[in-house]
Amino acid sequence: MDHTRAISLTELSVDNHATILAFNVGTVEATRLVSLGFTPGAEVSMSQNYGRGPLIVTVRGTRVALGRGEAAKIVVARSAE
Amino acid sequence: MSNCHSTSAPSQPVSLRVRERIPLLALAGQPNVGKSTLFNFLTGLNQHVGNWPGKTVERREGSFSINGCEYGIVDLPGTYSLTANSPEEVITREFILRERPDLVIAIVNAANLERSLYLVAELISLDTPLAVILNMMDVARQEGFRIEPEVLEAALGVPVIPMTATHATGMQAFYQAVQEILDGGRIFTPRLPEIRADHRATLDEILNHIHGYVPSPYPENWVALKLLEGDTEITHLLQNNLPPEKWEAVYDLLRQHDDALLAIASGRYEWIGRLVRAAVVHPRIGQISLTKQLDRWAVHPFWGLVILAGILGLVFWLTFTIGSPVQGWLDAQIVGGLAGLANQLLAEAPFWIRSLIVDGVIGGVGAVMTFLPIMIIFFAVFGLLEDMGYMARAAFVMDNFMHIMGLHGKSFLPLFLGFGCNVPAILGTRVIDSKPARFLTILIAPLVPCTARIAVVAFLAPVFFGSNAIFVSWGLVLASMFTLVLSGALLNRVIFKGQRSAFIMEMPLYHVPDSRTIGLLIWQRSMSFLKKAGTTILGMALVIWALSMLPNGDLNESYLVQFGKWIEPVGRWMGFDWRLTVALITSFPAKENAVATLGVLFGSSPEAALAQTLTSTFSTASALAFLVVTMLFIPCMATVAVIRQETNSWGWTLLNILLLLVISIAAGAGVYHLALFIGL
Repeated sequence: MDHTRAISLTELSVDNHATILAFNVGTVEATRLVSLGFTPGAEVSMSQNYGRGPLIVTVRGTRVALGRGEAAKIVVARSAE
Repeated sequence: MSNCHSTSAPSQPVSLRVRERIPLLALAGQPNVGKSTLFNFLTGLNQHVGNWPGKTVERREGSFSINGCEYGIVDLPGTYSLTANSPEEVITREFILRERPDLVIAIVNAANLERSLYLVAELISLDTPLAVILNMMDVARQEGFRIEPEVLEAALGVPVIPMTATHATGMQAFYQAVQEILDGGRIFTPRLPEIRADHRATLDEILNHIHGYVPSPYPENWVALKLLEGDTEITHLLQNNLPPEKWEAVYDLLRQHDDALLAIASGRYEWIGRLVRAAVVHPRIGQISLTKQLDRWAVHPFWGLVILAGILGLVFWLTFTIGSPVQGWLDAQIVGGLAGLANQLLAEAPFWIRSLIVDGVIGGVGAVMTFLPIMIIFFAVFGLLEDMGYMARAAFVMDNFMHIMGLHGKSFLPLFLGFGCNVPAILGTRVIDSKPARFLTILIAPLVPCTARIAVVAFLAPVFFGSNAIFVSWGLVLASMFTLVLSGALLNRVIFKGQRSAFIMEMPLYHVPDSRTIGLLIWQRSMSFLKKAGTTILGMALVIWALSMLPNGDLNESYLVQFGKWIEPVGRWMGFDWRLTVALITSFPAKENAVATLGVLFGSSPEAALAQTLTSTFSTASALAFLVVTMLFIPCMATVAVIRQETNSWGWTLLNILLLLVISIAAGAGVYHLALFIGL
C-alpha cells in the first residue's frame, strides 16, 4: 500500500473516499471501532466534515459519528478520485 | 397442549438443568436492527421489565404461543460484538453460555447486512442453536438491495428467516421455523469464520497452554480467541485460573500478537463479505437516500441546533397547552374529589386519621400522580424521537458543547430527558459507556429544570413579575443551564481530572416510528413511575405529613415549622423568612409541593388569595431568590432514590445532594443581594 498518501481521517473532505491503514488507539477503542466496521483495508467515505466538531463517515454501509479526537487517531490513504 | 414440546428435548445440547419448562428463546442483535419491535410484537403486554442481576441494564423477558404451545423469550441487550466493552456484551454472552437457551435468534438489518452480520459471526462460534432473522426487508428493497435468503441460509449453514417486523410480515414463516428447529426438523451445519493462517498457529499454541484450565461453561476455543482479541474479562479469568508459568507463556504470546484483534476482525468481515457477495445483488449507485437528505439539516452545525431548539420548544409548548390543563383537571377532579370523599367518609373518625388520609396519602401521592400527563407527553415525544432515529443526531449536534464539561454528545441525551423529569434522566445515563462520564452526568443532571420546577415557576413568576413573567421564566431556565455547564466544567477538572471517553456512535437510518414500540414504552415507564409514587414517594409524603402534625396537630407548632425556624438564619442569607424556608424543604418529596406548602402556611387555599398575600409579604428580591433556589435546590426524593440505585453508592448520592445544596444556597444568596443592590 502506498503510505506516502497516509493522512489522518480528519483531513479527508466530504464525499472523498479512503482506505483505512491503521488506528492508534487502545484495545477498548479498537474493539468498538472494529465492531462498527472499521478495520484496516476497509473503505470509508466522508459524509460530513466541517473542519471542526464531530464528523460523520460511512463505513461498510453504516453512517458512524466520530469525535474529532477519535477520527484524528485513524490513519487512512486517500483513494485516487 | 399435552404434546407441545414432547420432541424438543433430544435435539438440544446437553444441559444440566431439568427441562420440564417451556422452551426458551433469546433475541440477540446489534442496536437499530428492530429487535425491540419484534420482541414487542411477539409478547405484547406479556412481558416483564426488570434489571439484570447486579447490573443497570434493562432485562426484558416475556412469552408467546404458537398453535397453543408456549415459548419463553428473553430480549438480550443490543450489542455490536461479544467482546467485553460494556455490561451489555458480558450479559449477552454470559446468558447464552450459562443459561443455554434452546434457540438464539440473531436479528440482522437486511439494509445493512455487512455490519450487522458481525455479531452473527461471533454468535455462530458459540455452540448454541442459532437462527438468523433478516429484518427490515422493506428498507432493503427501498435502498435497492435484492437479497436471497435461501442463498444466505446455505452459506451460513443456519436457518435464515426474512421479515419486516414493523409490518409483521414474515411472522408465519418465523413461527413455523421456530417450531421446526425446536422439534429437530432442521439440521444445522454452521460454517464458522476462519482465522488467518499466521494467527491460527498462535491460537493453537494458546489452546495448548490453557487446555484443562478453562472453567465451565466457557468453550476453550472461544476463550483462546477472546484472549487474542484482548478481552479484559476473559484475560482476568484466565490469569486467575492458570498456573503462573502457563499464564506467563500465554501472556508472552499475547504481547507478541497485540495486533491479533484487527486480524480476527478482518477475518470475520472477509467471511461476511463472502456471504454478502453470494446472497445480495448490490444497489444502484448514486441514489441519495432519505437519511442523507435529512441529515443535511439535522446534523448541520447551525441548522441542527435550530432544529433541536425547535423540538425542545415544541415539547414545552405541548406540556403547557395539553399537559398542564389536564394536570389541573386531575388535581381538581380526582385528587380534590377523592379528598372530599375521604373527608365525608371519615367524618366520624379522629381528626388525625382524617388528616393522614386526606393530607398525607391523597395530598402527597395525588400531587405526584397528577404529573403523569406531563410525563406521558415527555415519554411519548422522546420515545418517538428515539424510534425514528433522531436521538443520535441530537447527541451529534451537541457534542462540541458537551466538550466544555469534558463530556461528549451521548451525555446530552439523558440531560435532554431531564427537562421532563430528572428520574428518567438519571436512568438514561446508562447510554454513556465510560463510568467517569456517566457519574459526572448524573451529578449535573438534577440541575436540568424538570417540569415540576417549571410548574412552580409558572405559578409564582406571574404572581411576582406580572407581564414580565415569561422573561423571568426563560431567564431562570437559561441561568440553570449556565449553572449546569459551569458546575460540569469545574467538576470535570476537580473530580474527574479532565478524563474524556471516545465518541463513536452509529447514526441509524431514519425510519417510520413503530406505534406499538412507543406505546409499550409509554406504558412501562408510566407504570414504573406510578409504582414509585406508590412506594417511595408515599413513604416520604407520610414522613413529611407526620412532621407537620407532630407533636399536637397544629402546623404552626409542628416539628416541621420548628425546624424551619431553626434554620431560618440560613434562609435569611437568601432573603427568606421561615415560611419560604419550610416551603423549600417540603419541595423535597416533590418539587411542586412548594406552592402547596405556602398555601397551607398562609392558610389560604384559593390560589388567587394566595397570590395576593405573597406579593404583599415578600419583596421582589426575596421572590427572585426563591425562584432561583427552587430551580437549583437538592434533587427531589424520587431522583435521590434513582441516583442511589444507579451509582450504587450512598457516598456519591450524598455528594450529589451536598453539591446542589451548596450551589442553590450560593446562587440564592448571590441573586438576593444583587437584586437588593440594584434596588429591586
